[in-house]
Amino acid sequence: MRMTASLVAAAAALCTAYTASAADISGAGATFPYPIYSKWADAYKKETGDSLNYQSIGSGGGIKQIQSKTVTFGASDMPLTAEQLEKDGMIQFPTVMGGVVPVVNLDGIKPGELVIDSNTLADIYLGKITKWNDPALAKLNPSAKLPNQAIAVAYRSDGSGTTFVFTEYLSKVNPEWKTKVGANTSVQWPVGIGGKGNEGVAGTVTNTKGAIGYVEYAYVKQNKMTYMRMINRDGKAVEPGSKAVQAAAAGADWAGTPGMAVIITNAPGELSWPMASATFIIMYKQPQDPAASAAALKFFDWAYSKGDAMAEELDYVPMPDNVVGLIKKVWADQIKAKM
Amino acid sequence: MAELSVETSFTSAVVDRTRALKRFALTDAFFRSLTRICAISVLVILGAIMFSLVEGSWLALSTFKLDFVTTEVWNPVTIKFGALSPIYGTLITSFLSMLIAVPLGLGIAIFLTELCPPLLRRPFGIAIELLAGIPSIIYGIWGLFVFAPFLQSHVQPFLIDAFADIPVLSSLFAGPPYGIGILTASLILVIMILPFIVAITRDVFETVPTVLRESAYGLGCTTWEVTRNVVLPFTRVGVIGGCMLALGRALGETMAITFVIGNAHRISGSILAPGTTISATIANEFAEAVGDVYFSALISLGLILFFITFIVLAIARYMLLRLERQAGN
Repeated sequence: MRMTASLVAAAAALCTAYTASAADISGAGATFPYPIYSKWADAYKKETGDSLNYQSIGSGGGIKQIQSKTVTFGASDMPLTAEQLEKDGMIQFPTVMGGVVPVVNLDGIKPGELVIDSNTLADIYLGKITKWNDPALAKLNPSAKLPNQAIAVAYRSDGSGTTFVFTEYLSKVNPEWKTKVGANTSVQWPVGIGGKGNEGVAGTVTNTKGAIGYVEYAYVKQNKMTYMRMINRDGKAVEPGSKAVQAAAAGADWAGTPGMAVIITNAPGELSWPMASATFIIMYKQPQDPAASAAALKFFDWAYSKGDAMAEELDYVPMPDNVVGLIKKVWADQIKAKM
Repeated sequence: MAELSVETSFTSAVVDRTRALKRFALTDAFFRSLTRICAISVLVILGAIMFSLVEGSWLALSTFKLDFVTTEVWNPVTIKFGALSPIYGTLITSFLSMLIAVPLGLGIAIFLTELCPPLLRRPFGIAIELLAGIPSIIYGIWGLFVFAPFLQSHVQPFLIDAFADIPVLSSLFAGPPYGIGILTASLILVIMILPFIVAITRDVFETVPTVLRESAYGLGCTTWEVTRNVVLPFTRVGVIGGCMLALGRALGETMAITFVIGNAHRISGSILAPGTTISATIANEFAEAVGDVYFSALISLGLILFFITFIVLAIARYMLLRLERQAGN
C-alpha cells in the first residue's frame, strides 16, 4: 500500500516538476520518510504551486549533501549530535516518527500473543538464548505454548535508522550489549542472518520457522505480521501502534536535549512503546540562500499543520503539538531566513 | 542543362580525382583519429576510476594497513574494519558457481550443437538467452521468496543428514538450514552466469569447420570423441573466454546475492551458513555509511574487487598463452 502510494506520489511529483514556476525546494537523505515527504510535496504543490525535490539516497548521503551545500535540507534517521551541529552551524528538527517492532514466525502463535522484555531481546540477539522454550521466554509467557525450536535471528543488513533505534535501545538497557555490540545504523552482529531492507527482514522471518526479526511498525501493520508486545520502562506490556509511539514522544525531553537529538527509546510512561524514533531534517542556521531555506521552512510549517492525516494514512506517527511548538520556536530563534 | 554538366564534369575529371583522393585521405585521417580517441577514452576512464578508488580508499588502508585484508572484524561502531569475510565470500561463491555452471553450460552447448534435433535448437537457444535478460533484482526476489524456502525445507535438511557422518563434508554442510546462505547465493549465480557460458560456447562450437567434424565421424569417432578431440581443442580459446566473462559477472554480481547470501560478516566452514560478498557489503552499507573511515573502508572494498578481477583476468590470459604454446608444439 505504502509502495503504491509513494509511487503515485513520486510519479505525480515528477510530472509536475517541469511546470514548476515558483520556488523549488531541494532536499536529500533518509529513505524511511520518503513516502510521506512525497505525499506532502504533492499536496503542497497543488495548494501553493511550490514543489519539493527530495532524493531518498540514505541518511549518510543526505548528511554529505547538506555539508557540501548542494541541497537546502538534509534528512537523517539518526540525529546528529549537538557538537556536530554546532561545528557546521546547523540545526535539526524532527518531522514524523515511527516505531520498531519485534516480529516472529512460530506455529500457532497469534500477533501480539507473545511478550518480550529488553534483556531477553538482547540475549537472543547476543546468541545467549537460542531456543524458544528458554526459561526467560517461558517466564514472560506462561500461557503460551513455546516449542523446543532453535531461534533464527534476522537483522537488517543495510545501514538503516531502524537498526539504529533497535541497537540504541538495547545499548541503553543492556550493559553487555553496549560493550559487545553498541549502537549504529549497522553493527557487527554476534549471530543471525541479514536481510536487505524491511522487506528482506520480513521475508526472512516469514520464510523461516522459528525466526525473530525487527521491522518498522508500518511494515508490520500493512503486512499483518506476527508482532510481539514489549515490556516498557514502567514494566507494562504494550501493543505497538501510533498511540504508544506518541505516548513515548510526549514524555521525551525535547526542550532540554541539545540539538533536539532525542532518540525515543526506553521512554517513561505506562503507555509508551520502548523502541521509537523520529526522522530529522538538518538545515543551516545561516543559509547561503535564505529564500530557499525560507521556502523549505514554509513547507514544513504547512506539513506540521495540515499533514498529520496524510502521515497517519501511511502509518507514520505525527509529532505531538507541544513538540511542534518547540520546533517553531527554534526556527524563529536560530535560522536567519524569514518565512 | 544536362549536356552541359556532363561536358564540364568530363573536362575537369582529373581535378576531381585529386580532389576526391584528398577527401578520402582526409576522411580516413579523421576516422583514424576518431577511433583512436574512442580507444584512449577507455584508458582515461579506467585511469580515472583507478585514481578515485585509490584516493578514496587511502584513509582506510593507511589506518588498518595489512589488517584490512587479514582480519574479519567489520564493526562500524568501534570503527574497525577488516575485509577478509567479504573477500572470502566473493571467492567462494564465484568458485562454487563456476564449479557447477561450467560443466552444465558446456553440456548444454554440446547438446545444442552436436545432438539437438534442428527443430528444437532455436527454442532452447532462445530460452537460454532469455535467462540472461532477466534483471538481477528479479533473481534476488525470486531467490528470497521462492528458491530459499524450497532449499530450506527440501534440500538443505537432506544435505545435512546425508553428510552428517562423513568427516570433512559434515562440517561443510553443517546446519541449521536457514535457506539463505553461501550455497543459495552460489546456486542463484549458476542460473545467472549460465547464459553467458552457453551462448558463447555454442557460438564458438558452431565455428568448427564441418569438414573437420565430418572427417572425424568418417573415421568412426563417437560423438563424445568428436567433442573431446576435435571440437573442444579447436575452440579452447573461445570457451575459456566465455567462462572468464561468466566469472567476471559472478565476482561482481550484487543485487541478487545481497538478497540471498544472509549478509553476515563471518567466515564459516559450512556453505549453508550466511556470509557476505564485497559487492553485497557495498550495496548494503554505502547509502548509510556515516564517517570518513567507514566510507573509505567501503571504497577500499571496491578497490580490492577491482584487483581480484584484474588478477583473475591475468591468470586467464596466462592460461590461454600456455595453451597456445602447447598447441604450437
